[in-house]
Amino acid sequence: MDLMEFQAKTVFAKHGVRTTVGAVVTTPEEARAAAEKIGGRVVVKAQVKTGGRGKAGGVKLASNPDEAEEKAREILGLDIKGHVVKILNIVPAAAIGEEYYFSFLIDRANRNYLCIASAAGGMEIEEVAHTDPDAVAQISIDPATGVDEAKAREIAVAAKYPADVIDAVVPEIVKLYDVFIAEDASLVEVNPLVKLEDGNVEALDGKVTLDENADFRHPDHAEFEDVSAADPLEAAAKAKGLNYVKLDGSVGIIGNGAGLVMSTLDVVAYAGEEFGGQKPANFLDIGGGASAEVMANGLEIIISDSQVESVFVNVFGGITACDAVANGIVQAFELLSSRGEAVTKPLVVRLDGNNAEEGRRILDEAGLAGLERVDTMDGAAKRAAELAAK
Amino acid sequence: MSIFLTKDSKVIVQGMTGSEGTKHTTRMLASGTNIVGGVNPRKAGQSQDFDGKAVAVFGTVADAVKETGANVSVIFVPPKFTKDAVLEAVEAEVPLVVVITEGVPVHDTAAFFAAAQASGKTRIIGPNCPGIITPGESNAGIIPADIAGQGRIGLVSKSGTLTYQMMYELRDFGFSTAIGIGGDPIIGTTHIDALRAFQDDPDTDAIVMIGEIGGDAEERAAAFIKENVTKPVVGYVAGFTAPEGKTMGHAGAIVSGSSGTAAAKQEALEAVGVKVGKTPSETANLMREIMQGLSK
Repeated sequence: MDLMEFQAKTVFAKHGVRTTVGAVVTTPEEARAAAEKIGGRVVVKAQVKTGGRGKAGGVKLASNPDEAEEKAREILGLDIKGHVVKILNIVPAAAIGEEYYFSFLIDRANRNYLCIASAAGGMEIEEVAHTDPDAVAQISIDPATGVDEAKAREIAVAAKYPADVIDAVVPEIVKLYDVFIAEDASLVEVNPLVKLEDGNVEALDGKVTLDENADFRHPDHAEFEDVSAADPLEAAAKAKGLNYVKLDGSVGIIGNGAGLVMSTLDVVAYAGEEFGGQKPANFLDIGGGASAEVMANGLEIIISDSQVESVFVNVFGGITACDAVANGIVQAFELLSSRGEAVTKPLVVRLDGNNAEEGRRILDEAGLAGLERVDTMDGAAKRAAELAAK
Repeated sequence: MSIFLTKDSKVIVQGMTGSEGTKHTTRMLASGTNIVGGVNPRKAGQSQDFDGKAVAVFGTVADAVKETGANVSVIFVPPKFTKDAVLEAVEAEVPLVVVITEGVPVHDTAAFFAAAQASGKTRIIGPNCPGIITPGESNAGIIPADIAGQGRIGLVSKSGTLTYQMMYELRDFGFSTAIGIGGDPIIGTTHIDALRAFQDDPDTDAIVMIGEIGGDAEERAAAFIKENVTKPVVGYVAGFTAPEGKTMGHAGAIVSGSSGTAAAKQEALEAVGVKVGKTPSETANLMREIMQGLSK
């Protein structure tokens, strides 16, 4: 889960990282009130989970409360790369000396942690790495030993931070590592990390990605969930414990296993080229069990998607036997009609693997309206795309 | 022959007495795996019955290893307890630890992987994986043993169900070993580790490699193939239609900006001469052609 800037700064502050959380507002009037309270010049910052806010006009300086209200009015509702601005962060305009870059992240290739740091901050680090690779230090971190003061000093020197800020930056690096570990973050990024006129360094911005697998030890992370931004179908699926991602095609997909479902989306898009570019409508992995209830819940979400024209159920019986899946489908139809949500969209089912013959027989005998059985993945994808195009 | 797992493997199960552990221990035993014990500190000294076969329960991994000579541990404990379970196996110097558990925090995986690296004694497979099977010899994990038998194809995959699908498609040829490495951001055994082992295995003639979006493991595997693999390799990559910034089921399956895309992976593999199928069936057919060519 990605955090918004003010949330990231809140987490920083919790671990003693020097930062200014400021005020969080949702209306121009609140922005004015916040600016009045802060006094002096303020910065009005769009809170969206994407980069490039500045370039998109989402960050503006205001010299007084009137201006803060005006800028807030301009920024609220702005669409930044598909993210509509609903929340603003109002902070005092800092007297900035210099800007640096700093981050901790998971290094998938080396299977440990990586610190990326540079004295060139405030811009896209990928850009800096491209134009001036020597300006970007990449320091490998051993999870067993972590980052103590000595390691932090090594990082600060490698990053070529100016000599006069090293003493101020070292404790901030140690605290940022504490954020990374203690909060189960897979990314902690500060861009820019700034040197203030008083010589201190402060996290002026923050980007944090939290590992949802670690939610069990962080009940407090639930408050960071941005329920309002979630797609309504994704929210409904999540409430039912389903692993669902909304896409914008016309063929609804249900499958078992993340890899097989991803593959199913691709095969449908590939087959759909023949039928006017039909594409998958969603990712939905019902996992190994594929019980009637899970199947019913999955079907319910998919048929409530108005973009869906056909549904492709793709199951390979590994541990799960196909007869159990077939029974699940039959019962799901009954369950849905009892909920008043009969399946009216055509359904293509492919069952293969463990006990496939019996599964297919069960489906044939049930004779469910609108359900077709195709026994290969490629063939079934093609049929589902064809039905969606009709 | 095979890689990592043979008929001589002595397997213990951490979490054997739990529901998943019990279910899959039954299945592993039925497929001929030599399961020599389970671990549960609260049930030490007892034994558990699996369709007439009694399997001893030990209080610690170290005890189990000492008593049985176990050299493989399969872990089914819940995510909360996985880190400690793996660390215990690493401390007991178990050579192969297969972590089936899904939903392990990535910092926990980083910690137990670092411990395994430091000890230099333990190979970890997973977490969040279906495990490894050497058909007809041993099965450490949850891969159904009846999909395909022994043969000369090696299979390495990030995905469980695509492993099953590919084994099913190529069941007429069979497999030396099939290994599901998992789709988490940090995994104990990578495509490269498996490719290296298959290249060195005299009983593997050709290799199927299944990848998916996220990270650059497939690109690095391509570079490795170019330098080190002389056996034919066919590939499949899932996730061409995945949108940027969305996690697709597996914790590591995410396209970030322009990195981790399926197209980049396919391109990297094809650039080193690996044939990449558009669908799992097409991939299987590419392998079928290779195997038929080899048998001539």
